[in-house]
Amino acid sequence: MSADWPLWEVFVRARRGISHVHAGSVHAPDPEIALQNARDLFTRRSEGVSLWVVRSSDITASSGDDRAALFDPAEDKTFRHPSDFELPDAVSHM
Amino acid sequence: MAYVTLTESEPPTGSEDSDPDFEAHHEEFLRLIDDDERIEPTDWMPERYRSTLIRQIAQHAHSEIIGMQPEGAWLTRAPSLRRKAILTAKVQDEAGHGLYLYGAAETLGIDRAELLDRLHTGRQKYSSIFNYPTPTWADIGAIGWLVDGAAIMNQVPLCRCSFGPYARAMIRICKEESFHQRQGYQIMLTLAEGSDEQRRMAQDALDRWWWPSIMMFGPSDAASIHSSQNMRWGIKRFSNDELRQRFIDATVPQAELIGLTIPDPDLRWNAERGSYDYGQIDWDEFNRVIAGDGPCNAERMERRVGAHSEGAWVREAAIAHAAKQTARTAEEAA
Repeated sequence: MSADWPLWEVFVRARRGISHVHAGSVHAPDPEIALQNARDLFTRRSEGVSLWVVRSSDITASSGDDRAALFDPAEDKTFRHPSDFELPDAVSHM
Repeated sequence: MAYVTLTESEPPTGSEDSDPDFEAHHEEFLRLIDDDERIEPTDWMPERYRSTLIRQIAQHAHSEIIGMQPEGAWLTRAPSLRRKAILTAKVQDEAGHGLYLYGAAETLGIDRAELLDRLHTGRQKYSSIFNYPTPTWADIGAIGWLVDGAAIMNQVPLCRCSFGPYARAMIRICKEESFHQRQGYQIMLTLAEGSDEQRRMAQDALDRWWWPSIMMFGPSDAASIHSSQNMRWGIKRFSNDELRQRFIDATVPQAELIGLTIPDPDLRWNAERGSYDYGQIDWDEFNRVIAGDGPCNAERMERRVGAHSEGAWVREAAIAHAAKQTARTAEEAA
């Protein structure tokens, strides 16, 4: 019998108002222990006010091989940025 | 240890009748708001705070996706390839803003499908500004400059709204809106520097969009029903009239700079207040358009409901495909 517990990804909200951010992973047999382990591993110094744990096997990730296909097309669309539109100095704060 | 799953549970809410610990919960809730902290979806909140936010965020999301229509009308007729690429990017952003906002609403324990149904059956509204037509290219300039400008004025304070997911969605949206307003103003600037006919087009668009734009801030403070409760809850930080005045003060010099005239004979600088005085807003028109009698209400709704029902087979086919893939994977594993 496989002794190892499944892997869980841990997301920590550092304080109210900001998103949960990925911190790392823990092994645990169930969601409750995953939360306890995450708490012990990632928030021993008040790093967070809320935790999410997600089974790693439930996360679908993009492949590194697809990086260019996915993200390069945005590079030549500089008009998506406000700085692409030259305006008179008097309205530069727009 | 207690835990919740995000999609299977509603935020813990309570009203005076349903929650025996209402007083203590409510006190802690108000303390967080007074300390300028954010309320997050797993926090306790009054039932009316939750329902108010669902209504407001949904109406905001509906406005974003309905707002694709007046501009979408010019995608095939933009005057250059560059203008077309820019307008496509902007309309795409509006769809994205709708999705950010529906996502924020869903953290309050309601499904996006239900919100769309409320829009399609007229139980929820969208901003009345999108019930005006876009007969000329200058309207695309006026929408970016005035409608997105007014939206930014309303939305920047929402980046500090007391409900965390809404505030975070607004931060993303405001970053993107800045491009929208600048591209609109630049269209107006280009037309204003062009031929007499182009200049007339720009002025005509300003004439038609000015009053509806300043109505976007909602009824005057004296007539606003939800204001004081929303202020107390940190959903709203400035009054409708305050934001409207800020928008007017910022926009009048921008019009002057490109030689366009704001269509308000009563508009004049008030040195004492350090602001512009402006004329009487036609609230009858505002109420008429909200009630459904604007120039394009029926067209907008027909298009929205049509897009949804005509797209049903795509959604169904995607689900059928996913089910087939899952079955195939299971078969291969067996």
